Formats: sequence, C-alpha cells, structure tokens
Amino acid sequence: MISEIRDERVRSVSRLSRLLSRPELGAAAGTVLVFVFFAITAGNTGLFSAKGIVNFLEVSAQLGILAAPVALLMIAGEFDLSVGSMIGFAGILIAIPAVFWGWPIWLSLLFTFAVCGGIGALNGLAVVRTGLPSFIVTLGSLFMLRGLTLGLTRGISGRTQVSGVHELALHDPLNSLFSGQVFSGLIAWLSDIGLIGKRADGLPSISGIPVSIVWWIVLTVACTWLLTRSRFGNWIFAAGGEANAARNLGVPVARTKITLFVMTAMAAALFAAIQVLVTGSADTLRGTQKEFEAIIAVVIGGTLLTGGYGSAIGAMFGALIFGVVQMGIFYTGIDTDWFKLFMGAMMVIAVLFNSYVRNRAMRSR
Amino acid sequence: MAEPYVELKSVSKYFGSVVALKDVSFDVCPGEVHCLLGDNGAGKSTLIKTLSGVYAPDEGEIRVQGKPARFASPADTRDSGIATVYQDLALVPLMSVARNFFLGREPMRKFGPISQFDTEFASRTAYDEMSAMGIQLRDPEQPVGTLSGGERQCLAIARAVYFGAKVLILDEPTSALGVHQASVVLKLVVQSKARGIGVIFISHNVHHAYVVGDRFTLLKRGRSTGTYAKGEIDRDQLLNLMAGGKELVDLEQELAKPGRHGPV
Repeated sequence: MISEIRDERVRSVSRLSRLLSRPELGAAAGTVLVFVFFAITAGNTGLFSAKGIVNFLEVSAQLGILAAPVALLMIAGEFDLSVGSMIGFAGILIAIPAVFWGWPIWLSLLFTFAVCGGIGALNGLAVVRTGLPSFIVTLGSLFMLRGLTLGLTRGISGRTQVSGVHELALHDPLNSLFSGQVFSGLIAWLSDIGLIGKRADGLPSISGIPVSIVWWIVLTVACTWLLTRSRFGNWIFAAGGEANAARNLGVPVARTKITLFVMTAMAAALFAAIQVLVTGSADTLRGTQKEFEAIIAVVIGGTLLTGGYGSAIGAMFGALIFGVVQMGIFYTGIDTDWFKLFMGAMMVIAVLFNSYVRNRAMRSR
Repeated sequence: MAEPYVELKSVSKYFGSVVALKDVSFDVCPGEVHCLLGDNGAGKSTLIKTLSGVYAPDEGEIRVQGKPARFASPADTRDSGIATVYQDLALVPLMSVARNFFLGREPMRKFGPISQFDTEFASRTAYDEMSAMGIQLRDPEQPVGTLSGGERQCLAIARAVYFGAKVLILDEPTSALGVHQASVVLKLVVQSKARGIGVIFISHNVHHAYVVGDRFTLLKRGRSTGTYAKGEIDRDQLLNLMAGGKELVDLEQELAKPGRHGPV
C-alpha cells in the first residue's frame, strides 16, 4: 500500500512565532510606542487625564468609524478614495432638507444613508463591471462628489455652509444616536470614588463618553466578527487574495465587493451624521483628505495594499495612533505643522514592518 | 469492465473556422486513471473545458452514468460529481488551509440567533481529509502559501473528493513540480483511484502518465489518435505516438546529413 507522505522538513511552529505573524502586531506595538513616547513628553500636560483621553479617543473614533469598513474593502483588494468627499456630500444631504425643506432630522438622516449607500453601490458596480482599478473609479467619484456637493449647496442655499441643524435636532428621536454622550451615570460614579477628577465646580471633568466612541468600538467589533467568523469574511479574504480562485469555487466576488463599497459609503454617512449633529452645521469642505487618513490607519493596522490580508482590529490601532499623535502633539506644544510629517513617516515605517511580518508568516514552515 | 461514470461520444467543438475538437470519444470509469496525452495545442484544454461544463459541445453528446447530460455551467458539472482541479488549483495563498478547504462552502455553526464559521470543524476536517490522502499537515491554520507544491495539490484534490467528486479532472498536475513533489502527486492519483474515484489525468509527460495510468488517449490536432490500455502499449510506443516521435526521427535524420548544417 502507499506509504504515508510526510514532509521531512517539518518543524513545529511556536505560539510566539504564530503571534508574530498576526497582521495587527505592528500596529499594537506602534500604539504602545506612541503611548510611551507621549507619556514621557506630555505626561503632565493633561493628555492622559480623563478629559485628554476622551479628546484623543474622539479624534480616533471619527477616523476609526471610517477605517474599519475601509479595512474590509482593502482586504477585498479595492480602494475607496471617495469616502472623504462622501462625508461632505452626506453632511449637506442631512442639512439641506432639514434646514431648507423642513424635513424632520430623522427623515433626512434616513434619506442620506439611503442615497450614500446607493452611491457606494454605484462605485462598486462601476468597479466590478468595468474591471478598472478602483483607485481610478473612486478617484473620479472623489472629484464628482465634491463638485456635486459644492454645486448643490451653493445652488440651493447660496453659501457653502449650512448651519442651524442644532435647534432642529434637539427633540429628534435619532439625535441621541449620533450626538451627545453615554454612560454619564458611570462617569459620575467613577468621579465620586475618585477615579476621575472633578472640576472646580464639583462636577466630573467629563460628563460622559461621546457616542462616537461607542460607534467606533461597535463597528470595529462588528467588522472583526464579519472578517474572522462569518462566511462573508472568508469571501472578503478570498476576493482580495485570489479573486479568480474564489470565483471558480463559487464565491460571489462581485457581490462581496459591491457590499463593501456600500459599507464604506455608509460609514462616511455615519461620520457625517455624527459631525453634523455634534457641530450643528454642514460644510461642503468637510471630510477633505479623510480617505487618505483612513487608508493610513488601515495600512498602519497591517492590511496589505494588494489585498488578501489584514484586520479591522489593526485599523482600530491605526486610528488610535492617529488620535494620540494628533492630540499629543497639541498637548506637548510642538507646532502642529509637524503632525503630517509624523503620520506620513509612521505609515512608511509601518508598511516596512508589516511586509516583514507578512513575509515571516508566509515562511513560517 | 465497469460502466463509465462520464463519457464523451464523438464530440466536436469549433471556434469560428478553427476545429478545436473533431469526433473525439473519451470516457472514465470509477477507480480508473485515464490519461489524456497530447502536445500543446492538441485540444486537451478544449476537451477538459467541455468535460467540466465551460464549453458546450457543438456535436456529439456527454453522458453521465449512462444518461445524456447537458451542463449549464461549471457549477452544474460539479454537482454531477465531476470536479476539475486546474493548474492554479483555485487556492488563496494568504488564507489558511482550513479556510481554503471550505472556501465558498463554509460550514456554519449556530450560536443562538447568529451563525458563524465553524473554524474547529473546518480545521479538523481539512486535517483528516488530507491525512486520508496521505499528507500529514503541520497545522490546518497555516497559510496555503507555506505548503509545498504536492501538499497544495493534495488540498485541492482532498477538497474535491470531500465535496462529492466521483471523477477528478487533473490538469497538468505535475508540470510545475520538481521530481520529489511530482512523485507525491502521482501517489495522490493512485490514492484517489484506490478510493474508487475516476481520474482523468492530463499531461504531456508520458513518464508521469505511464506510472499511474490504466488507459491512455492521445490527442493530436483536435483528433483522437486512439485509446490504449496499459497492456497494449509500452512507454516507448507512447512516447513515439506523442508529438515528436516521427518528427524527432525526421529531424535526427535531417541533422545527420553532412554538409548542410555545418560541421557535425
């Protein structure tokens, strides 16, 4: 009978080495590094007080809401450069019907999510039908959406900003989903037992956790579950790793990609909803360059630009690094002009490190 | 002789004015290795694609278990128990063995209202099925990119068998492999045969085909030059029948003529 075929070069792989081949390792290490750096340089400036933490988490949360679905899309092998313009567009889409046409906020929110989801589907359809690189297709959407936003807004309102959403949203049933704070009771209790400092007037230094942070965590957990535990997640990896093989095995690659484009567009709409309802206004220039910031967060998080490999947790770390560095530079008093230099360099280092990790993973025999 | 699982009867396929296949008959029985041999451009690919449901034949018919069959799509063919393992093996290198094994047919497990990918079942099954083919995995969670050529071939075959393949079409499974890995794949072919699976082994390597084959069909310029059982033909005759036999003899004679090709 046939003897057992066994590779003679077998070596057992240790737990540590398997950990070292996780995509989010670089980002986790980078996060620790950045925290240590600012703990030393900005330790006594209030960056790590309750208020400071909420501040940088809020910055991270906004980017993280975008980065989680963008990570999934990039793992599926596609880019969405239109998310930044989509934020501006969605903001206007919420504000104009509410302010000029008297729609209730909940209706203009639903309308915005529907329209943005539809545009996301169009992006996806254009990519899978034409076979053109998504980089080019969504670069087109980036400009078209920004132009549409400007044209529509100036045409309808005569200006490029729409304000006055605050008053209209005050009693809207959906308002508290996107603005305001949660866990106020918990914060007050933590303050009472002395874990969170109090202001001079006796109130806790923070009144709650901004709802955007909750969205960020929920989205990251949901995207991670989707990616690692659902059937859809398997399809995402396969679509980005080897689309042809996936198709031959009956994976609906086109449907998978279109769904992900809808998700990134909806995330941009969510970003806009939070921004408009928190600030009370919309501006045609909102979201500029957010597409690149999201890509940076995702890449720092260990996702391969070529697709097929990555994680949503990594993107969360990427967004966290972004927030800490941005606020850390502010708190330490370094000129904030240096922020972009820092983030750009950080991304390049992350890419180098991540390609090292991936090569390790592929060599782990 | 056993009844063929799948058979092509006088099949022809044309692409415009090009005759890709003309009047080709071919069949495979359970537990048999039928080798399809031919040079590049002989029509091997067209024959495979006709068998696997990519092309519909222009003339002739396909029978599965004796009944006329019409394949609407490759998925349709797969459902009738005919699985094609292409040269690219339909594997995703960055994904784990277990995930590749179940790609497109993920096992789900219910946790209350949510159902999720059953990683434990996937890992165990992938490991067991590959062991049954004689390959011991180090870790079903390792990326396919870390597997050797023979192990990848095993994964693709084990997967097809697990999902109910009665006939395996192996497209040049040894062509990109070194000597050791090729012998691993030949063992896999024999292993599949021992499990009662009909194997269509496509190759232009007579040495590999002769080791595992029970019958041999040669294709030349879209036509079958005949089907031979192993007892009827030896390796040298096969080699001669393959493209190159007569041509090489002619070439040899021509080159041997003094004066025309410089000093010999």
